[in-house]
Amino acid sequence: MKDEVTRDERVDNLKGMGCSRKRVEDARFTQGKGNYVDDIKLDGMLFGDFVRSPYAHARIKSIDTAAALEVPGVLAVLTAADLEPLGLHWMPTLAGDKQMVLADGKVLFQGQEVAYVVAEDRYAAADGIEAVEVDYEELPVLVDPFEALKSDVVLREDLVAEDGTLPDGAHGPRKHHNHIFTWEAGDKEPTEQVIANAEVVAEESMYYHRTHPCPLETCGCVASMDKVNGKLTLGGTFQAPHAIRTVVSLISGIEEHNIRVISPDIGGGFGNKVGAYSGYVCSVVASIVTGKPVKWIEDRMDNLMTTAFARDYWMKGKISATPEGKITGLHCHVTADHGGFDACADPTKFPAGFMNICTGSYDIPTAYLEVDGVYTNKAPGGVSYRCSFRVTEAVYFIERMIEVLAIKLDMDAAELRRINFIKKEQFPYTAALGWEYDSGDYHTAWDKALKAVDYDGLRAEQTQRVADFKAGKTRKLMGIGLSFFTEIVGAGPVKNCDILGLGMFDSCEIRIHPTGSAIARLGTISQGQGHATTFAQILASEIGLPADSITIEEGDTDTAPYGLGTYGSRSTPVAGAATAMAGRKIRAKAQMIAAYLLEVHDDDVEFDVDRFAVKGAPEKFKTMKEIAFAAYNQAIPGLEPGLEAVSYYDPPNMTYPFGAYVCVMDIDVDTGVPDIRRFYALDDCGTRINPMIIEGQVHGGLTEALAVALGQEIAYDKMGNCKTGTLMDFFLPTAWEVPNYETDYTVTPSPHHPIGAKGVGESPHVGGVPCFSNAVQDAFRPFGNTHTNMPHDHWRIWKTANDLGLHG
Amino acid sequence: MIPAAFEYYRPKDMAGVLSILEEHGDDARVMAGGHSLIPMMKLRLANVPHLIDLQDVDGMSGIDVSTDSIRVGALVTQADIIDNERLTEAAPILKEAALQIADPQIRYMGTVGGNVANGDPGNDMPGLMQCLDAVFTVVGAGGERNISARDFYEAAYMTAREDEEVLTSVTIPLPKGGYAYEKQKRKIGDYATAAAAVQIIKDDGVCGSASIAMTNLSDTPIFSEAAGAALVGTTVDAAALDAAVTAMLGDIDPTEDNRGPVAFKNHVAGVILRRAVERAWSRA
Ligand SMILES: Cc1cc2nc3c(=O)[nH]c(=O)nc-3n(C[C@H](O)[C@H](O)[C@H](O)COP(=O)(O)OP(=O)(O)OC[C@H]3O[C@@H](n4cnc5c(N)ncnc54)[C@H](O)[C@@H]3O)c2cc1C
Repeated sequence: MKDEVTRDERVDNLKGMGCSRKRVEDARFTQGKGNYVDDIKLDGMLFGDFVRSPYAHARIKSIDTAAALEVPGVLAVLTAADLEPLGLHWMPTLAGDKQMVLADGKVLFQGQEVAYVVAEDRYAAADGIEAVEVDYEELPVLVDPFEALKSDVVLREDLVAEDGTLPDGAHGPRKHHNHIFTWEAGDKEPTEQVIANAEVVAEESMYYHRTHPCPLETCGCVASMDKVNGKLTLGGTFQAPHAIRTVVSLISGIEEHNIRVISPDIGGGFGNKVGAYSGYVCSVVASIVTGKPVKWIEDRMDNLMTTAFARDYWMKGKISATPEGKITGLHCHVTADHGGFDACADPTKFPAGFMNICTGSYDIPTAYLEVDGVYTNKAPGGVSYRCSFRVTEAVYFIERMIEVLAIKLDMDAAELRRINFIKKEQFPYTAALGWEYDSGDYHTAWDKALKAVDYDGLRAEQTQRVADFKAGKTRKLMGIGLSFFTEIVGAGPVKNCDILGLGMFDSCEIRIHPTGSAIARLGTISQGQGHATTFAQILASEIGLPADSITIEEGDTDTAPYGLGTYGSRSTPVAGAATAMAGRKIRAKAQMIAAYLLEVHDDDVEFDVDRFAVKGAPEKFKTMKEIAFAAYNQAIPGLEPGLEAVSYYDPPNMTYPFGAYVCVMDIDVDTGVPDIRRFYALDDCGTRINPMIIEGQVHGGLTEALAVALGQEIAYDKMGNCKTGTLMDFFLPTAWEVPNYETDYTVTPSPHHPIGAKGVGESPHVGGVPCFSNAVQDAFRPFGNTHTNMPHDHWRIWKTANDLGLHG
Repeated sequence: MIPAAFEYYRPKDMAGVLSILEEHGDDARVMAGGHSLIPMMKLRLANVPHLIDLQDVDGMSGIDVSTDSIRVGALVTQADIIDNERLTEAAPILKEAALQIADPQIRYMGTVGGNVANGDPGNDMPGLMQCLDAVFTVVGAGGERNISARDFYEAAYMTAREDEEVLTSVTIPLPKGGYAYEKQKRKIGDYATAAAAVQIIKDDGVCGSASIAMTNLSDTPIFSEAAGAALVGTTVDAAALDAAVTAMLGDIDPTEDNRGPVAFKNHVAGVILRRAVERAWSRA
């Protein structure tokens, strides 16, 4: 048989890895045909919503629901007293703590759920909420974690024994009634010694402010209990649908096979949709009680004020070096404000996430990290907003410490980075705080980045600008922001990563149809990342069927194999690997079928793009399409019919994407307004599956980085009132505020990942935040600035200038 | 974010509007674009049991430019202002200001009447209208009356308009000379950290007259007569600018909010005014 098409054309036809295939999801999203949770409308569906606390800390003396029950359309009002007999007034958190589902005697943060009003529609529910009368007795409010650790005020009486002693928490002994845990990594004494004896030591305290992932779609769910067959269907904005199923089963007692969790289209998650919320529990209970489907959808204020925030880390660092700039030691202490309940979404053994990646991209021989978690009167959360667990904090910390050290050494910060990078030949590299970095080539990436932006030229321009400023010729300063980050993503190896005891593997199940198309189902769930596009590309390259002939399905626990979901850039490193491995199982069977059809031994055929051909006789082949058909219509000795495979992939290690970013900013000293002139981002995420999607992810991540660095904040006043509960004050950038990003790349494949891919969704956020922040701070470095805290909004930038005496 | 229940009315003429206002008094409110009122109702900060939509009332959507004045109907939107070439020729500051209000979607809905009647110190048009010495025409059961923009604002959300009156149009004397609307904001869709509206006349290189109003720096817009006076008779040099800024700072009274503390706002107000005057002067 002679083939008409060339090999290159066959490769192109697959639209496999490396192809900028258009996103298959976009046809529906751009036409308003997506199917989000709030699009779910079921017969007789009710609507539930919360009475929320106006106070940050108060005792609840009484709740009177009588008037609310009189409101037309209101069917029920649930309080903690109603949930208690079911044991559902509290629920476990992902961090080993427990959290009130509805206020049980007191409230610990403004906006806390106090009662759940169930009504025929959301208008009646809103009127019902107004009519519930709650009698509060205000208590002293603690919004400062340092104060909380000294205060007599007990936030969590439930965690104090009757004799006044403090039982251990989920992560060991607690030092104070408002203390949650102490977590350590590295070597304390050696680090302290190295720093004590060092010739150069730089110290800095920095606050990584509280912010919020703020996905465009808020959290919500529709719970539907079918009392006839005993089956609960729960549709919702879940980043981890299987984990939610298990949690719901564990806390409700409904057997897991009777629970079906569905994540439909999700309008962004960024960590906000990982945890379990009161809205889910109350909706399930309300559906069981009423026998009707019950919907709960947050509004924007609910979302910003109550469901999972991010960061709120007070970090204190010391870094030591030789006079030449070789770093010798790093010490970091964090006071972590977790709010009223510890509901961080981290792997069980990591109460501070992967904060111990804070040695960054540098060969630092000795290091020590200590994190203290603290309760305050703020909303719970502490999720990984577009980053792997606390990696944004870690990278911000080290990238600021490097800058501070450069100032101390009076050295160029790019050069300081270069002389401390882990060298290419040191990989796999075991860092002082324990992680084994899989692969990297930092020097190449750094040199490429600095060359691309003409770094030396920029510094010369900056020097001139400073001279002009001092001469009164301009009122604008120029900042050059640098950042080199190493991420740790793809959680994670089951040996050290689990969530609520569930190992953090992931999965893929593939069914090849007789006519040579396929469906693959995964344990992850896209929230905009384009899984339906990229996973089909991985498979196309692995099994030789066109990506356009492969359906990717996620998010329905009745059909998808068990997986831990999508966050922490884990989908490609873990589920992507499972996809490749399942594809290889398909290919292995296909090889046997091909050999049988071609009447040669299995070892005598080889895979070539979209077919198996006889070795040395490429004109003798069977295409994967033909093989698929044969799998269903031929009795092949020794082989079962069909062509299906499933793979559960337990990654041997994390992956470590990295990147080099440069930001050039002009700052109006008089108004504090920054103008981002240029942003260059080089990402190395290993093997690149779809360059267009990578670029989209980089643009999105950088934009969220810009937001966080330049203004996005969840701020509280002294009374614990949230001051930034709407998008008027919570900064969500539009196209107007966003610069034109220049993207670039190097490729250093992961040696342990089946296709060498590392994950990219979060890199730009992790690397972008310090880059924007460093640009602001660098502008003021010639005038004596060492560090100022984010967010760098106009007034804080203005204040920096003012404090430095630049306003004359 | 769900408003309390309300009755919705859509009368065809002003008589219909006025009779509902009369009947329900405080419990009734007119709505133009709804982009200030509806958010307040959703937050349940405004309780409006009887909501009267003005959209079907004739005669309030026109823009008339005559030889000595401009008349803008209350229902003219910010987008209409931006798109009207004759208006831009006659009073370019209106377009410059309107382009700095919110974003295109909001500007298609937000009206001039709503913006000036709302009484929110954050709105940009009240200060703009004070700078231009506009007159607001309101109509009530007792007939029409005119109120100067410079006398209209009493406190936040408190104006000289009675609850039963409807603002029908804004009349602006044809502006002369150079102009500028300068605004600092945190992002698109934000109200001003500080904004300045300036009209200035240059006679033989000397400032003949100057009109200055500031936005979001007090609980009302601030027409700073003293700041304008500080420029008159000068060549708008550094000393005159300093004097104008000092005079303006004496008139404003900003409060701390998420945009920043008072010291910052005062400083930025000065910078913004300086820039506005400089730009206006360069165009005079
Ligand atoms: C996100 C966002 C950002 C914005 N940013 C800005 C900004 O930067 N600058 C700015 O100036 N504005 C801004 N606005 C407000 C916007 O311009 C509004 O549209 C405008 O202020 C009010 O116009 P409206 O027609 O929507 O009034 P409505 O909301 O309909 O009414 C506002 C108030 O005025 C009263 N009213 C309306 N018309 C009349 C009338 N003819 N007679 C008597 N009373 C009347 C109403 O009863 C109500 O009390 C923003 C709005 C939004 C939603």
